Amino acid sequence: MAEVAVIKTAAEQQLAAGWQEAKSRLPGPRLLRATAFERFAAAGLPHRRVEEWKYTDLRALMRDAKPLAGAPGTAAKAKARAAGKPIESLEARRIVLVDGAFVPELSDLAGLETGLTITSLAQALAEGDDEATAHLGKVVPTDDVAVALNTAFMGDGAVIRVAAGVALARPIELVFFNSGERPASVFTRSLVLIENGARVMLVESHEGAPGAEDQVNTALELRVGDDAHVDHVKITGEGAGSLHVSTLMAAVGARARFNEFLFTTGAAVVRNQLFVRFEGEGTVAGIRGASLLRGRQHTDTTVVADHVAGACTSRELFKSVLDGDSRGVFQGRITVRPQAQRTDAKMATHALLLSERAEADNKPELEIFADDVQCGHGATTGALDDDLLFYLRARGIPAKEAEALLIQAFVGEAIEGIEHAGLRDALMDQVVAWLDARAG
Amino acid sequence: MRPMLEIKNLHVEVDGKKILNGLDLVVEKGSVHAIMGPNGSGKSTLAHVLAGKPAYVVTDGQVLLDGEDILALPPDERAARGLFLAFQYPMEIPGVASFNFLRTAINAQRKKRGEVEFSVPDVMKRVREAAGKLGIEQDMLRRGVNVGFSGGEKKRNEILQMALLEPQLCVLDETDSGLDIDALKVVSEGVNRLRSSERAFVVITHYQRLLNYIMPDVVHVLSRGRIARTGGKELALELEAKGYAQYQEEAV
Repeated sequence: MAEVAVIKTAAEQQLAAGWQEAKSRLPGPRLLRATAFERFAAAGLPHRRVEEWKYTDLRALMRDAKPLAGAPGTAAKAKARAAGKPIESLEARRIVLVDGAFVPELSDLAGLETGLTITSLAQALAEGDDEATAHLGKVVPTDDVAVALNTAFMGDGAVIRVAAGVALARPIELVFFNSGERPASVFTRSLVLIENGARVMLVESHEGAPGAEDQVNTALELRVGDDAHVDHVKITGEGAGSLHVSTLMAAVGARARFNEFLFTTGAAVVRNQLFVRFEGEGTVAGIRGASLLRGRQHTDTTVVADHVAGACTSRELFKSVLDGDSRGVFQGRITVRPQAQRTDAKMATHALLLSERAEADNKPELEIFADDVQCGHGATTGALDDDLLFYLRARGIPAKEAEALLIQAFVGEAIEGIEHAGLRDALMDQVVAWLDARAG
Repeated sequence: MRPMLEIKNLHVEVDGKKILNGLDLVVEKGSVHAIMGPNGSGKSTLAHVLAGKPAYVVTDGQVLLDGEDILALPPDERAARGLFLAFQYPMEIPGVASFNFLRTAINAQRKKRGEVEFSVPDVMKRVREAAGKLGIEQDMLRRGVNVGFSGGEKKRNEILQMALLEPQLCVLDETDSGLDIDALKVVSEGVNRLRSSERAFVVITHYQRLLNYIMPDVVHVLSRGRIARTGGKELALELEAKGYAQYQEEAV
């Protein structure tokens, strides 16, 4: 067979074997899965000669592919009860997934607001939920190989629907917890359909037992209706995996407000990829993030903002604080299609290097096919300003505290873009905790 | 009585270039000393080396603050011991709100000295009072430190910090530069309010003008990195009339 020649690394062979073993028992759309696996089989794991994955060479990073996660046991579920601490104060509706499996008994499914439905993806696929299968893989079509693997192996996830005009007062939190009981491959896929005029705040918390060595491939498809107002926040914390690949595919309607935020302090290797398509006119979007990395951590943020419809405003602002031997990668592409006149798209990315060994890579790309647009990008990389530090220290502020103030200010500029005050405070608390750990 | 500041035979290099060449200076408690001198004579270097700026290398000499050598101390410890430098060019710090900065500075110093830290309402009250006297709007304190401030506002903010930190030795580096006459009056009044028998001032300036408002007890002329002449306040008037020509010639 042709693909045998292509599949050659141990991890690729293990994934192929895993597919043979699992394909008959995985729920739902056989053809979709099989097609997706073929895509993977033809391309193999993305490596540094694949431009989109240039800085995060999965072929090199994955020495092996862990076995698919099994159903979580009692001990694993018990550990998950304490997860989601960082945003506890938001009193969000918690939906808990342990080792990739939706756990209803840990989830807050009581008293769902009218117009809100939440089910598990595995259940939706097993029961042949036509609406879910109609959207799956089609919200923002992509041939990305990590997404293909996710589609082939997706085991469970959340399916959330919010009816037109419904404003949810309570945020929804999807807690993805890795128990760390045995290193596993975890493939979760969620589908969130928000109809016209609805108001929703959705937080994803990815965390786990310290040092959990799971290989996580998580994806979320999000449809934001016309005039809807949606905040999506992803927090990637400790225990989020030794390899954590995450994809957001968001299609945004007209006159919507869409705010995305990626907050990353955890996992050894993180790839956060966002594919955002602006499909209706007059939408205002903020796509922001902050990463605080130390040791040998690696975080790759890859954003594709695709302006299909005109008169949308998108603002991207990413900040990374890099200590030790860490590496922060930002790849951002803004595409403005020929019909997307009056697009106003800007992207900025700033890295703060706290160590001489840390590395920041920035790759902005603009693809503009319309003529009446405003587009721009800016990238900076630098160390803390010695003159600012001296000024603070001359006022009696010790070195570590002075550094912490400046780092907080640096990260704060991105966090300020979050509309929810409680969430802003919760994330700033996380920044302070990170700085405290740094000061030792 | 022990002097507030005693500088003995101070030699300082910046980027391998000698700037201060055996400077001696004694400033008693309760006094105001003006240091004047032509450009390049080492005035700002003196200010920065007192505050402990890293790039300045002391190759010889001593700096005693209230009898103790401070040259081995980092800038924050010097500040906690009562040394304050009002910067010629105060820094803008986006994202660090003025109030938060002031509170952090005040409490860091108090903690270092083993004093009880002030509560947030306590600091707020002190800041409000001190800011009011200097005509600093509350709105400015909510913004990032010095962000979007005019030159005059930045200098007033330096004096605000000085008032709140209650230092023993205040070093003012060209505080009059870039100030119009109204701002100069506000800043000078702020300084004069802080004069006391326990506090000393070193006022570094190129022009005599500032000394009409902050009356010095002693005036020194700095030239070629050392004190070339010392006198009373009439020396400042003489410099204003004759200029620095004779000191610059010496410097050649």
